[in-house]
Amino acid sequence: MLKQIEGSHGVAEAVALCRPEVICAYPITPQTHIVEDLGALVKSGKIENCEYINVESEFAALSVGIGSSAAGARTYTATASQGMLFMAEAVYNASGLGLPIVMTVGNRSIGAPINIWNDQSDSMSMRDAGWIQLFVEDNQQAVDMHIQAFKIAEALSLPVMVCMDGFILTHAIEGIDVPDQKQVDKFLPPFVPRQVLDPEDPVSIGAMVGPEAFTEVRYIAHKKQKEALDLIPQINEDFKQIFGRDSGGLISTTNTEDADTVVVTLGSVIGTIEEAIDEQDEKIGALTIRSFRPFPLEQIRSALKDAKRVVVFEKCFAVGIGGIVANNVRMAMSGTNIPVYEVIAGLGGRPITRKSLHKLFKDAVKDNLEDVTFMDLNKDVVDRELEREHKLIQAGSVAENILRDGGVVNAAKTT
Amino acid sequence: MAHQQVKFYQTGTLTVGNRLLDAENRTVQGTMDRSNSLDSGHRACQGCGEALGARYAIDTAMRATDNKLIACNATGCLEVFTTPYPETSWTIPWIHSLFGNAAAIGTGVAAAMKVKGREDVRVIAQGGDGGTTDIGFGCLSGMFERNDDVLYICYDNQGYMNTGVQRSSATPGGARTATTMPVGPEPGADFDKGKNVPLIAMAHEIPYVATASIDRLHDLEAKVKKAMSIRGARYIQIFVPCPLGWGSAPAQTVNLARLAVESGIYPLFEGENGEITSTTKIRRKVPVEDYLKPQRRFAHVLKNPAQLSAVQEIADRNIRKFGLLEE
Repeated sequence: MLKQIEGSHGVAEAVALCRPEVICAYPITPQTHIVEDLGALVKSGKIENCEYINVESEFAALSVGIGSSAAGARTYTATASQGMLFMAEAVYNASGLGLPIVMTVGNRSIGAPINIWNDQSDSMSMRDAGWIQLFVEDNQQAVDMHIQAFKIAEALSLPVMVCMDGFILTHAIEGIDVPDQKQVDKFLPPFVPRQVLDPEDPVSIGAMVGPEAFTEVRYIAHKKQKEALDLIPQINEDFKQIFGRDSGGLISTTNTEDADTVVVTLGSVIGTIEEAIDEQDEKIGALTIRSFRPFPLEQIRSALKDAKRVVVFEKCFAVGIGGIVANNVRMAMSGTNIPVYEVIAGLGGRPITRKSLHKLFKDAVKDNLEDVTFMDLNKDVVDRELEREHKLIQAGSVAENILRDGGVVNAAKTT
Repeated sequence: MAHQQVKFYQTGTLTVGNRLLDAENRTVQGTMDRSNSLDSGHRACQGCGEALGARYAIDTAMRATDNKLIACNATGCLEVFTTPYPETSWTIPWIHSLFGNAAAIGTGVAAAMKVKGREDVRVIAQGGDGGTTDIGFGCLSGMFERNDDVLYICYDNQGYMNTGVQRSSATPGGARTATTMPVGPEPGADFDKGKNVPLIAMAHEIPYVATASIDRLHDLEAKVKKAMSIRGARYIQIFVPCPLGWGSAPAQTVNLARLAVESGIYPLFEGENGEITSTTKIRRKVPVEDYLKPQRRFAHVLKNPAQLSAVQEIADRNIRKFGLLEE
C-alpha cells in the first residue's frame, strides 16, 4: 500500500512485517524514530508476540540481541554513530557467534568533534567486523532491504546491517509502497536457528578457540561472506517475484556501458549525483554499491571495465590514507590501468550541491583531479589553522578555532 | 517418627551429613542424582573456590527448575577453565559472549524464552567479581532495574584472577594484587575504595538479593533454591577463595571461606525488595588475623598495626551493621 511516511516509520513498519520476536531499543540520533515507532507497534499489539526491551546502552542493545538470537528468537535493533562504537565489541561477537540479527544503522558521523549529521563513518568503522553491510539509496529500498535482510541473515546465519543515511533518509517523508503481511510471510518463513540454547539438547556456545583452529574459523567467516555474493542477488530475485521491485542485489548501474567516466558511490547521494549528471553534457555513468560487505569485486570490475576513469564519491575516509570505498574499488580495478580518483564529500552533513558536482564532473572528465579530493574544502580556514598550529605549541581546539575563523563563533581571541 | 532438631554445626564443620537430615533438608550436592552441571575434567586450579561455588549453585538451580536451565557466562576463569574448544565441562545449555555483558545476554535469553512460551526454562547469568562489579556493572544494573527474569550469580574472589591477579572494585583494603603491590607507606589496595554490589543490588529493590559462602552448603543451596522460586531480577554473590590469587594453600579454600564469615569480614544476608530479611549469625567469632594469616596477599597487613586494625574495624562494622552476633 502506498503511504506518504517518514523513512524511519517505513523501516519500523517493514520490521514489524518481519514478525520480530525481540527488539532492543536505545535512543541515538538519527535512528531513534525507528525504535520509537516499533515501541508503539509492540505496545499497541500490532506486533504480536514480541518482547520490546528498553536497554541502558548500545552495548546492552546488541548484547541482549545476542542472547535472544542465540536462544532462537528473531531479533532486531538499530543504532548509529557513537552508539555503533559503543557496541563495537558486541558487533564482532554477534558475527563471530553466527547470529542472524538485523540492525539498522542510521548513518551518522563519529566525533570528536561531536556532530549529529550524516556521513557513513559509523558503518565503515565496522566494515571488517564480519557483518553483511547493505546500503540503501532511498526509503523504498530501506523498507524492502529490511525484509530481504532477515532472509539473508537467516539463510547465512550471519548478522546484517542495513545502512541508511541519517536524516536524509531516516527523517525524509516520501511515498513508500509498504508491502502487505501475506506477501512478507510468503517471502520470509519463520526463523529456524542452526544452533540454539535448549535444555533438551544442551550445547556450549562461545568456547575459547586457540591458535590451532582460529585461522580456520576466521577463514570460514570469509568464505561465508563470499558465498553471500551469490545468495544476495538470488534473494533479490525472489523478492522481485513477489513484490515486483528490484531493491537489493550487489550493485546497481546507470549508463555505465557507454560512459567514459563512472562515478561510484554508496547510499542516498546517488539521487543528487544522477540529477547532476542529467544536467550536463558529458557522458558520465554511475554505479551504486548496495552490498559493501561482502564486497562485489568481480561485479564492479566488470561494470567498470570500459570506463576511462572512475571517480569514487564517498562520505567517509580513513584518516592517514584516504577513501575507504575507493581503496576497495581500486582492488576491484587492479591491473586495469583505469585511474581511480577519490572524492570525499558530505562529511558531518555538509550539503552536496549540484553546483559542486558540476565542477567536479568538469574536472574529472579532463583528468584534472587530485588522487584525493575533499569537495568544498575551505582551504583558507585550513591554512590559517595549520599556520597557527605550526607557530604555537598551544593553539587551542582545532574545531573551535575553525568555527571562529569561519565566522560561526565570535569568541575571544586565541591564546 | 519425629525428627530430632539438627543443628548444622553439630559435626563441628557446618557440613552436617545428609544422613542426619530428613529427605527435604538434604543437600543437592550430597545426592546421587545431582545434575553435575559443571562436570569433571575442567582446568580449574587445585582448590578453586569458584569451581565449587558454580557447581553448588548450578546443580541446585537445576534441581529447582527440573533441569530446565540456561547459563550465560561472562569472560573469566569460569569460562576459560570450563570450555577449552572443543571440550566443555557444561552439561547444560551454556553461552559465553563477552566480559561485560553476561547480564544482558541473560536478559536476551529470558526474552526469547518468554516469546517462545518457554517460561518454564529459567536463566542464570554468572561471572567473577571483575565481570560483575566493574566491566559488567552497567548491564547488571540495567537487568536489575528492568526486573528481567534472570538470576545473576557473582563468584566473588576479590580480583581479576584470570588475567593474573589485578585489583577489582571487590578487592578488599590492604590486599596485595599485581596492581596494588605491598610497597610504599600504604601497601596493598587502598582502604577507602571499592563497592558493595549486594547492597547496590538491593537499592534497585529487586525481589531477591543474597550473599553466600562456599563453606556452608546448606545455606548456599537454600538461597539458590529460594532465588529460583521467585520471578524477576535476582542477585547472589558467593564468596569463593582463590588459592592462586590469595596465596593460600588449596586445602585452605573452604576454611578461609568460613573464617571470612566467622570474623565478620563477609556478612551473609538476604534482602527482598530492598529490605534485609535475614542475616546469618556468627557462631564463634574469630579475630580477623585468623582469616588473614593463611593468605600471602595480606602478609604485610599482619606486620602493620594500622592496617590490621583497619581490617578489624571493617569486620566490626559489618557485625554492627548486619547484626551478625546473637544478642
